[in-house]
Amino acid sequence: MSTLVREAAVARLPRDLHPVAWWVWAIGLAAYASFTTNPLLLLLLVGVAAVVVAARRGEQPWARAFRLYVGLALFIVATRVLFRVLLGAVPGHVLVDLPEIPLPEWVLGIRLLGPLTREALLAGLYDGMRLGVIVICVGAANALANPKRLLRSLPPALYEIGTAVVVAVTVLPQLAESVQRVRAAQRLRAGATGRVKRLRRFLVPVLEDALERSMALAAGMDTRGYGRTAGVPVATRRVTSALMLVSLVGLCAGVYAVLDGTTPGWLAASMLVLGVGAAAVGLRLAGRRVTRTVYRPDRWRWPEVVVALSGVLVAAAGWWVARDQVPVAFPGVSAAPEVTLTALAGVLVGLVPAVAAPVPSSSLVPEEAVA
Amino acid sequence: MIELRGITFTPPDSSEHVLKDVDLTVEEGELLLVSGPTGSGKSTLLGVLAGLVPRFSGGVLEGDLMLDGASIVRTPPRERAGIIGYVGQDPVAGFVTDTVEEELAYGMEQLGLPPATMRRRVEETLDLLGIAELRQRSLRTLSGGQQQRVAIGSVLTTHPRVVVLDEPTSALDPTAAEDVLATITRLVHDLGTSVVLAEHRLERVVPFADRIALLVGDGSVAVGDPGDVLEDSPVVPPLVELGRELGWSPLPLTVRDARRKARALGYPVNRVSLNLSGNATPERCRKSLRSSGLTVTRGRTPVLHDVSIDLPAGRVTALMGRNGSGKSTLLWTLQGTQKRLAGSVDVGGKDPAILDPEERRTLVGLLPQTAADLLYLETVAEECDAGGPRTREILDSLVPGIPDDQHPRDLSEGQRLALALALILSADPPIVLLDEPTRGLDYAAKHALAAILRDLTDAGKAVLVATHDVEFVAEAADDVVVLADGEVVSAGDVRSVTAESPAFAPQVSKVFGPGWLSVREVVEAVGEG
Repeated sequence: MSTLVREAAVARLPRDLHPVAWWVWAIGLAAYASFTTNPLLLLLLVGVAAVVVAARRGEQPWARAFRLYVGLALFIVATRVLFRVLLGAVPGHVLVDLPEIPLPEWVLGIRLLGPLTREALLAGLYDGMRLGVIVICVGAANALANPKRLLRSLPPALYEIGTAVVVAVTVLPQLAESVQRVRAAQRLRAGATGRVKRLRRFLVPVLEDALERSMALAAGMDTRGYGRTAGVPVATRRVTSALMLVSLVGLCAGVYAVLDGTTPGWLAASMLVLGVGAAAVGLRLAGRRVTRTVYRPDRWRWPEVVVALSGVLVAAAGWWVARDQVPVAFPGVSAAPEVTLTALAGVLVGLVPAVAAPVPSSSLVPEEAVA
Repeated sequence: MIELRGITFTPPDSSEHVLKDVDLTVEEGELLLVSGPTGSGKSTLLGVLAGLVPRFSGGVLEGDLMLDGASIVRTPPRERAGIIGYVGQDPVAGFVTDTVEEELAYGMEQLGLPPATMRRRVEETLDLLGIAELRQRSLRTLSGGQQQRVAIGSVLTTHPRVVVLDEPTSALDPTAAEDVLATITRLVHDLGTSVVLAEHRLERVVPFADRIALLVGDGSVAVGDPGDVLEDSPVVPPLVELGRELGWSPLPLTVRDARRKARALGYPVNRVSLNLSGNATPERCRKSLRSSGLTVTRGRTPVLHDVSIDLPAGRVTALMGRNGSGKSTLLWTLQGTQKRLAGSVDVGGKDPAILDPEERRTLVGLLPQTAADLLYLETVAEECDAGGPRTREILDSLVPGIPDDQHPRDLSEGQRLALALALILSADPPIVLLDEPTRGLDYAAKHALAAILRDLTDAGKAVLVATHDVEFVAEAADDVVVLADGEVVSAGDVRSVTAESPAFAPQVSKVFGPGWLSVREVVEAVGEG
């Protein structure tokens, strides 16, 4: 028994949690948010996300992104409310009696300004908050899990795509640097000053530089073995291609059937299952072609399970509240929103990772001064 | 072990062979130095070994490349990865991941090695290169020497039999270059890895080389012991030049050799004391540029701290210091583009920082580190037209005979530098600043550049050159300013500064004692004695 306890403790030593676990948790919170417009529950969700981020984020640059996402969420809420004020027209308690701007006949059903009611304001606020909270949940996942490590968890068959994304992400800051350098350099010489020619003066060196860098990177990756493949029999390759085609057709048809309400449910479900199944087998087969291994793979241990499970539970609670406690999930704008114990408890489950997840390893190593 | 047989390479859109019937064998556990003038095909030869030529360069490759008797000339680079490790000229451009540890593991991941092996090899390599404390660091925050060592380490982890390095020390300061070279020799000594290395600055690498493959420029290659090959090589380090002038045989390859020889032959050089104060004391010259108390910060870290520097008219001042010590920042601050927190710059009563770019150009000219950033047109003639009426004239006086219709990208390193310099000089600024102009230049091009700088100062201009190249400084500069961590640590006449700090001493002064700078001086002194 004691060895079990010790092993459990080992899994909680400082380390980076598997990125997929963080994403499952964050998507769970986002799912809850999408099931409700209750402002109290939404605020609680933001609180939960913020607490977990504060408790378990590392020192890396992406960890500081959370504030950016909060800003974006606030902006979304503000825009949503502003639009409600502009295109108001919800009857109810008038707060400010704004004059209506007369519009021509042909814009039927649209009113510009007009009396601003409390109901209109609240409806805009609730709606905006729902979207804002979803954005914050994505931000929380980004702050907690290294986006690049997440790409490393892709199935081997998608490895090349993952690398392409990583390279694109790294190249962007380099491009900005190159733009700055060329701009300064071009000011050192005389040359064309016309609008189009000036653009050329600046674009040509930047593009040449970008092209040279990408060639150097491609050469570097190639000489280090990127793109090595194991020999796969022709038959397997054909089967893989066929499976991929089937999965594409299945997924397209399935998604169409789900979105189009008139298609029978069984058809939608069976096409989706077929598509997903074929994709899974196809990816597995395609992965055999790839011979690479992973250095220090992220391991899936009990804290990962707990974190992911908490996310799933939050999502399930949200779904249940939306179905069984409709007035709590979608409060009217005329009365103060109410909450129930189950709805609150469902959100609070999301706090578990703040305790269960291990402290990130990077928070122990002080980031050295940038040279 | 690896054998090139009759390798002939013709670049695209050209009928001239860069390599012609090259036969070369790389032996187990040797350090083979590939040398030759710029454009003689050093990088091409290394590219053939790594498989990048003709795959990435285009062109036609004939002949065969054998590994232990099996032909690998058609094998793509990725399949050679476990056998041949390649590090390109710019290590940063080849980095795929973002931390040291991941970068070291990347090659092994591609080869599909088991995780336990990878873990062990990463630790071994970290220790071998002496970078264990950097393991978690982001690659971008490392210094140039550290980046180069990580790049070498990242190919070592796959345990290649040959490591191919293209100018591994060209961008590094003398101390960092020594660290990297020490790492390379350790590979050869301890692991028995073969190393093939191309380098311009022979003075740095000749002492470590087992053999030299000399590309003369007509496509042929001469291979042999360093002493024999350097006998009549067009590119030689100062020591060998000295040995040739004084008729020493065998030629001295290391400073130690030369010192013993000089002593044994009883040259009176050590007793000849040169006038350390130099030919003209800077105080007597008119100051073209005065600056004081320059402080520049990036974020909250100071990049320059209270730097005061004056540039006298008619003298070449060299700016030296480690990678990242603030040399480039100082140049851009003097030029006026870089905003300063405090301090003043005064060029003929004006401050370039508050002028617009056009006026600034007529006060201070700056040749940036990547001269190609200045060029954007298709032919040399168009560039000269855009640069102003006198540009072509200046270009011809710098480097005569560059054809009008040539594309600036196709010029040699030295010609491109001259074109960029001509564009800057067309505004006729009294101050000329150059940021690392010697990168990628061979000895002949460096002599030409030194002559150009001399012409500029004869015309009354003040010149400031940031460089790592101590031999170039000894040849071209009158004064030296050494920066460390954004502060001036020593400044003065080139003889006194090189006498004070051995890291900045040229080979000749290491042999004959402080004060001696160039081969010519020694030869003249010996002739008189």
